[in-house]
Amino acid sequence: MRALAILLRLAALVLLVTFIAAPNLFAPVFQPLTTYDAPAIYNQGSLFSLTLSHLATVFSAALASTVVAVLLGIFVTRPSGLEFLPLSRSLVNIGQTFPPVAVLAVAVPLVGFGEAPTLIALFLYGLLPIFENTLSGLTNVSPLTLEAAKGMGMSARQRLLGVELPLALPIILAGIRLSVVINLGTATIGSTVAAKGLGEVIIAGLQSNNTAFILQGGLIVALLAILIHDALMSVERIVARRLGQQPAGAAA
Amino acid sequence: MIEIEHLTKRYGNTTVVDDVSLSIAKGTITVVVGTSGSGKSTLLRMINRLVEPSSGRVLIDGRDTMSIPEDALRHRIGYAIQGHGLFPHRTVAENIATVPRLLGWDQARIDSRVDELLRLFQLAPDEFARKYPQQLSGGQQQRVGVARALAAEPELLLMDEPFGALDPIIRGKAQEDLLAIQRRFGTTVILVTHDMEEAFHLGDKVAVMDRARLLQYGTPAEILVHPAEAYVERLVGTADRPFRLLSLSTVADALEPGPASGQPVDKGTSLRDALARMMWAGRTEMPVVDGAGAALGKVSVAGILAHGRQPA
Ligand SMILES: Nc1ncnc2c1ncn2[C@@H]1O[C@H](COP(=O)(O)OP(=O)(O)OP(=O)(O)O)[C@@H](O)[C@H]1O
Ligand SMILES: [Mg+2]
Repeated sequence: MRALAILLRLAALVLLVTFIAAPNLFAPVFQPLTTYDAPAIYNQGSLFSLTLSHLATVFSAALASTVVAVLLGIFVTRPSGLEFLPLSRSLVNIGQTFPPVAVLAVAVPLVGFGEAPTLIALFLYGLLPIFENTLSGLTNVSPLTLEAAKGMGMSARQRLLGVELPLALPIILAGIRLSVVINLGTATIGSTVAAKGLGEVIIAGLQSNNTAFILQGGLIVALLAILIHDALMSVERIVARRLGQQPAGAAA
Repeated sequence: MIEIEHLTKRYGNTTVVDDVSLSIAKGTITVVVGTSGSGKSTLLRMINRLVEPSSGRVLIDGRDTMSIPEDALRHRIGYAIQGHGLFPHRTVAENIATVPRLLGWDQARIDSRVDELLRLFQLAPDEFARKYPQQLSGGQQQRVGVARALAAEPELLLMDEPFGALDPIIRGKAQEDLLAIQRRFGTTVILVTHDMEEAFHLGDKVAVMDRARLLQYGTPAEILVHPAEAYVERLVGTADRPFRLLSLSTVADALEPGPASGQPVDKGTSLRDALARMMWAGRTEMPVVDGAGAALGKVSVAGILAHGRQPA
């Protein structure tokens, strides 16, 4: 069972790397999906560099979301920030419910075309899972543990860094994973405002009515999402083990 | 020397600790007993300032605790609670090392202290040091909790129902460990419990609280023999009183000259245990020996019973 899972993952990785490095090898597979002798493989740019740009956008947005969501989560769980908890919850919720496409539409007039509006949209969209998980991670630390920490003379800072954050870390990491995986797909819309990314392939397919292109873009995004999801899960398991927790399949 | 002077805590209009004064000698064990909600934990937590007193003060060796920064104060006062509050993400050794590490001890000193404490609590360092709390039994977790509270050689140890969740056998064991360790380090201990048996067994002094007030503070014998109020009398259990009294004295106190036959009893055994053994064996006398096994005399049922009689 385990061996099979590893084998499947390895196969997905090999497939992905071969496809973005030498897509023409796969031309015969996609040929039947094209009509009127249209190209079977995306030919308006390198799939490899588009994949890298796509990842760069997603990860920079995730980094920004993580920093903001975790800091905000810490702030609103301190006694001094407690009163901002409801407000920050609503704000972050709006960030998630406001459609990323609409964010793009609003952002373009302000910051112009390109990466910037996409980053903003992904940043806002990715905040919620990280923020909510930071909150539940920090508030789930046993009051008994905190009482003991305080009773032993740990300062507020020592309690946060030495007890609360380490105990919340697995849940925060799960939030980051969720956010990254969602945004790997969402990032494709960035191509509508001229951000470099895998959305270009899909949009080119839509414009030229070329199903092969659409599938190629979708396939790369899906493989990325699966592989990154798995990689982040492994990181979470390693962290959980180092924190003395039984590897939990439950964290989500 | 711990002096608690007119310590009071109010939440809004309710007073949960009402003008409590106690003076606790160095190196003794004081046990606080009383009904649920009578303010025992609050009293304890005012000593390490987890709760700020509304009025009154606590002096440790003559120094007002309010004049010591609270974290520094807590580094000097061990604190062990029911359910132990161990850090689940830290190993047993790391848990025990918490306060020494906060105090910046060097690694060698920390290691040797952790090792010493694990051995004292009969947790083989090789086996337990690297385990995580959730890999231990409840009794083992509790011992680690107490070891952690003792790690930085505190002069004062506060314990809030430390053995509350343990089964009777493990609890008895934990009490013996605590007594042995307390004697060895000379730590002053203030312990809260609901278990009167535990209070009389461990306490050099017992403090009885009811509805925020300190009703009586005295040696176990004083509390048994001269309960200050009806509540105290009820708490110590009228029916159990003679037996409790017997458990406070040892065979040495009822020693009589002369020989006796049968299994000898050690002079340190409590009179209650000695009586139980005589009843079980169907004897009226038993020989008494000292730690080395040398005969000292005998102890008799009549002699023991005299110790359980209401003093004139
Ligand atoms: N932070 C607080 N705010 C308001 N009331 C409190 C607070 N902490 C404790 N109390 C009240 O003070 C009273 C004494 O509480 P405390 O915990 O000291 O009792 P206790 O004797 O330790 O009881 P138990 O034996 O059940 O542990 C209780 O009535 C409790 O409800
Ligand atoms: Mg209590």
